[in-house]
Amino acid sequence: MRTNGSRVALGVWTGLVTVFLLFPIVLIMVYAFNKATVQSWPITGFSIKWFTKAWHNQEIRDALWLSLKAGLLSTGIAILLGTAAAFAVHRFRFFGREVVSFVLILPLALPGIVTGMALNSSFTVAGIDLSLWTIVVGHATFCIVIVYNNALARLRRTQSSLVEASMDLGADGWQTFRFVTLPVMSTALVSGALLAFALSFDEVIVTYFTAGAQNTLPLWILGAIRHGGSTLPQVNVAVLVVILLTLIPVAISVRFARDTGVLRRR
Amino acid sequence: MATQAQAPAEPAAERSPAPDVRLADLRKTYGDVLAVDRVDLEVGQGEFFTLLGPSGSGKTTTLRLIAGFERPDSGSIELGGVDVSSTPPYLRDVNTVFQDYALFPHMTVLENVAYGLRVKGIARAERRQKAEDALRMVRLEGYGARKPIQLSGGQRQRVALARAIVNSPRVLLLDEPLGALDLKLREQMQIELKSIQNSLGMTFLYVTHDQEEALTMSDRIAVFNEGRIEQIGSPEEIYEHPATEFVAGFVGVSNVLEREGRRFTVRPEKIRMRPEEEPQSPGLESETGQVREVVYAGMITRYLVDLERGGELTVIRQNLETTSEQVLEERGRRVRLEWRPEHTFTIEAGRESHE
Repeated sequence: MRTNGSRVALGVWTGLVTVFLLFPIVLIMVYAFNKATVQSWPITGFSIKWFTKAWHNQEIRDALWLSLKAGLLSTGIAILLGTAAAFAVHRFRFFGREVVSFVLILPLALPGIVTGMALNSSFTVAGIDLSLWTIVVGHATFCIVIVYNNALARLRRTQSSLVEASMDLGADGWQTFRFVTLPVMSTALVSGALLAFALSFDEVIVTYFTAGAQNTLPLWILGAIRHGGSTLPQVNVAVLVVILLTLIPVAISVRFARDTGVLRRR
Repeated sequence: MATQAQAPAEPAAERSPAPDVRLADLRKTYGDVLAVDRVDLEVGQGEFFTLLGPSGSGKTTTLRLIAGFERPDSGSIELGGVDVSSTPPYLRDVNTVFQDYALFPHMTVLENVAYGLRVKGIARAERRQKAEDALRMVRLEGYGARKPIQLSGGQRQRVALARAIVNSPRVLLLDEPLGALDLKLREQMQIELKSIQNSLGMTFLYVTHDQEEALTMSDRIAVFNEGRIEQIGSPEEIYEHPATEFVAGFVGVSNVLEREGRRFTVRPEKIRMRPEEEPQSPGLESETGQVREVVYAGMITRYLVDLERGGELTVIRQNLETTSEQVLEERGRRVRLEWRPEHTFTIEAGRESHE
């Protein structure tokens, strides 16, 4: 049993750590509503004028649109390839199965700068111009892992007899996939997709090497901070958008990942 | 649902001359392991047929071969006279009650039960009606809207049963369906399963390792050992006339003796135990020995007796008027064991017990 004193100390410590972690984020959120052009504490008043400015800033609009496209496309690719790979690794014993598993997970372990440089040199050697699609390829490397891991974990925790039961009751392969396998997998796929999108949306390093002259929203933020000047207040707004578009999918995905009755319980 | 009562073991020759299930020279290996070895058997229409054996004896593999989840290496599987050896499971007229129930977790109980009808394209209203009838049959009326996760083990077992019988298959395959239930529930479900089978007149092929369950429910039993069938017969035949030492040991207690080159078995409840000094009764076979172990088990007591002429026998006595203190005092006593010659059965030589 913990004593009362140690419990209070632990609570205070936890609170301090939380504040330390969240304070910068909160500060940026507050600055996004700052009235003044110069960031100084305490702020002199609240205003939403930076939101209007950011909204009408064509650079930010282009960057946001590019980020959304890259995120959606790489997530889509990740769902197709990640799920297929998970099924293959789970269902079959084939030569090179362990290698496939390792290669899929590798991008998560590799530093982004290595992945980015490797992709960049490959595109240069192959004579491929950097475009939306090179960003999508770069993001797909780590998005696939997320979906793959989620799908594989669900497959491993699902009773294998479910497929047999479905076939036994007269359902052919396609019906079994549609009525049993896919619904049982669906929450895992949705949560994997949301996480993958969130990862893609705020990715900087790999994007830096695969985007060329284009700006995703995080790249635009990086550039704007470097150059400083009059766009800085709008950066706070852009950061706020990135935070929200990243946090919301993650929060939803956490809810989905919770036991939905689909997982095996004994 | 067919509701008319039907005599279960009636050989309905005019309806279908072929047996519901016929396995001929069936063989299945997994790598080096011979799971099913030259199995032949026939199951008649409406029969409650049990595959009994220890784990790894090939009984479940045999069931999975009939369901179509496994392909045989050689031999044939016939359902109602039609060879289905290479037919996929969804085209075979059998349904399975799985050991782990395998209920679809994302569907309600009613959706689970109606699943087989749904994939066959039966209209919504009709399948709902049939599914509710099946739920009524397993006494789960009003549970249709629940999810499997909200049910107890016994209730899930009933849903699995309803989901299978709603399709009126030619043969119902049951893979240790009561294995996960506690003793009381298991005994209750045994009776219920039997009565459902009686009222449907459906052929049941039942897999279990529980000899008591097999003896209680079956019309006929096939005893499996190491991929082979040791004996096929009615519960009485299996119990009272075990053909091999393995059957004698697996079904009941292994009481095997060898006297003058004859190996025979005698069931423990058929042996009378008396003090050694009492004279031998005329017409009975008799041996003397010493009680090595006494196991008190409530209703009965088991005595393990070392015989003077070699070997040992287990004797079971009902605790009619004796107390536990009295029976435990028997340990170490010298006794005379007697049994009628007609209660001994010669054991086939050659096939050794593999257990």
